[in-house]
Amino acid sequence: MDRHVLSVFVRNQYGVLARISSMFRRRGFNIDSLTVGETENPEYSRMTVTFNGDDAVKNQIVRQLAKMPDVECLTELERAESVSRELVLVKIKNSKESRQDIMSVVDIFRAKVVDYSTEAMIVEITGESSKIDAFVDLVAEFGIIEVCRTGMVALKRGNGSILNENDK
Amino acid sequence: MHYELYLCGEIMKFSGAEILVRTLIEQQVDVVFGYPGGQVIHIYDRLYEHQDELKHILVAHEQGASHAADGYARSTGKVGVCIATSGPGATNLVTGIATAYLDSVPMVAITGNVSNDLIGRDSFQEVDITGITMPVTKHNFFVSKVEDLADTIREAFRLAKSGRPGPVLIDIPKDVQIAQYDYEPESVVEAFDKIPPKAHKIESAIKLINEAKKPYIYCGGGTISSGASDEVKALADKIDAVIGCSFMGLSSIETSNERFLGMQGMHGHYASSMAQHNADLIITVGARFSDRATGNKAKYAPQAKIIHIDTDKAEIDKNIIADLGICSDLKLALSQIIEGVTKVEHPEWIQTVKDFITEEEKHVPVSEKMNPYNILQVINKCKTDDIPVATDVGQHQMWTAQFCEFAKPRKFISSGGLGTMGFGLGAAIGSAIGVGGKSILVTGDGSFGMCLNELATAASYNVPVVIVMMNNGVLGMVRQWQNLFFNQHYSNTVLDRKTDFVRLAEAFGIKGYRCTEMADFEKTMKEAVDAEGPVFIECFIDKDEMVLPMLPPGGSMDDIIVERVGN
Repeated sequence: MDRHVLSVFVRNQYGVLARISSMFRRRGFNIDSLTVGETENPEYSRMTVTFNGDDAVKNQIVRQLAKMPDVECLTELERAESVSRELVLVKIKNSKESRQDIMSVVDIFRAKVVDYSTEAMIVEITGESSKIDAFVDLVAEFGIIEVCRTGMVALKRGNGSILNENDK
Repeated sequence: MHYELYLCGEIMKFSGAEILVRTLIEQQVDVVFGYPGGQVIHIYDRLYEHQDELKHILVAHEQGASHAADGYARSTGKVGVCIATSGPGATNLVTGIATAYLDSVPMVAITGNVSNDLIGRDSFQEVDITGITMPVTKHNFFVSKVEDLADTIREAFRLAKSGRPGPVLIDIPKDVQIAQYDYEPESVVEAFDKIPPKAHKIESAIKLINEAKKPYIYCGGGTISSGASDEVKALADKIDAVIGCSFMGLSSIETSNERFLGMQGMHGHYASSMAQHNADLIITVGARFSDRATGNKAKYAPQAKIIHIDTDKAEIDKNIIADLGICSDLKLALSQIIEGVTKVEHPEWIQTVKDFITEEEKHVPVSEKMNPYNILQVINKCKTDDIPVATDVGQHQMWTAQFCEFAKPRKFISSGGLGTMGFGLGAAIGSAIGVGGKSILVTGDGSFGMCLNELATAASYNVPVVIVMMNNGVLGMVRQWQNLFFNQHYSNTVLDRKTDFVRLAEAFGIKGYRCTEMADFEKTMKEAVDAEGPVFIECFIDKDEMVLPMLPPGGSMDDIIVERVGN
């Protein structure tokens, strides 16, 4: 079971997110994360889909996506050849006793405190999902009040674009 | 000058409803099946205006409209069109849309909806039909502004008939039907370009075929929708292969063809299933290896290499991992393969298959009494090659699939993938209208009871449908399973109904007959095929008749049941 990341260029149309997530659900594909946002061209959105599965599962997901009229093009992002990032906001309990320890974890992970009160602070951190996981695990001992993750976004390295590296 | 231009602009503007009707006519739609209602009243006003150019068939229930559009499409290859109002009208189409989706039938379903300003407020007869039909349409559209209407309709037709066909729904809010916009007629939209096969795939296919000693060509519904029947036969002749088909592939190859063994699978012909099981190469042409076709996938055709040709790439390796998948238009791929393969003969293989056929012939029931086999033999004798035969779903459907003879593609109209009881009557009406002649419906008392309201449609338009209803007083297919696998617990499958079907047909204004003897049925059937309007014939059969052979669900050829056991 390998982790796969797909970048999907979709027509920015009525119901496109529902259409694609509904396809994943009804075909029984288990998705770890799905992010969507506008692109340089307002007519298109870009989705980043991450999931675990063998090649058979991956091929089915790629082919089912590729035949949807709203999908303009898609490509698989190999880990070594792409950059992936996730952003997370973690609200951590703050206290005199733990403050210094929290701050040193924040420093080591190059995270940023974006809201601060004597009882709690919100820390922002970006990075690969594995780094985020490690950070969340570490600060758990101080008491996490809530967490909000964006899910993964990713681009292929180099000067190419999805529009000329289409697997559809 | 300025003034004239302005006038010109005024003249060119039409309401959304008018644009819809004009675009349908532009796309050479000659008939639509539908039912009026509050949110399509503007469309119906325009249909009234254009009734000489676009015929509207008023059905009894929207489900009938979707099945009729489906039957029309299956029997003609053209896009079937149905119209319903918002809310319940739209949801009543859903079973028919899902039926078309599972069998890849080109259809455009048009629904009205409440005005844009009322959307999302749970308004009267408002339903999110694009949301509801998302998983059962190839694509669907909500047209929020009149500017997009004509092009959306064209796009819907293009999608419905391109590649692997399927249903497309267009939801049009009432204010869009009223709003004014320009309309310029355009030509009929062409399907997207057919996908050609990759050269190295064809080379691999030729190599596999040349190495094969026991080739079997397996035709699915794609063979019919892509019109590849002649190529299949030419390939079979050249490489001395036998041909079988899935349920959906029925009528792609004429029954009389020497190489054709009939349907394989759960209720397939013994020889066809055995040949497939013993083949060393299966060339699959537009089929999806459904569970009903393969049985236990782990034991499916254990010695065979599989070539899978399909225009929908997502079908390749979905249910069965193929040794070679070719994503291509079927005709294009087959014609290149035919050119490349060596002409050979496989007398041993052909002899093996002949032995399977001899074995199969032993299973044919020999009896004078009224039974499904004899009924279908009479239907074969009475019908012409051009008459489409529709069915409902259940035992009668499988008997028809097994024993009905077809001479041309698009003559078997049946719900394969979804297995929709109640499909038959609407589909038979749509087929008859599509071919501009007669159609035959073979149905059972269970299925027929589901949508018999469409008798009203057949009567109103005097549609020449010959309805042959096999009445066994039970839900026979479920009963068969209960008999074989559930210790004869006939739970809710005995239809202790008091319906007098002949009088019921007469009440709808349709001539009804009841036959208890074969001679009587043959005489009635002959007359019915020559009659001008609809005819209803009820035939009584034994409630314990079984569809055989049968592969138990999840079973393999080792588990095949060919004869009745126990009671």
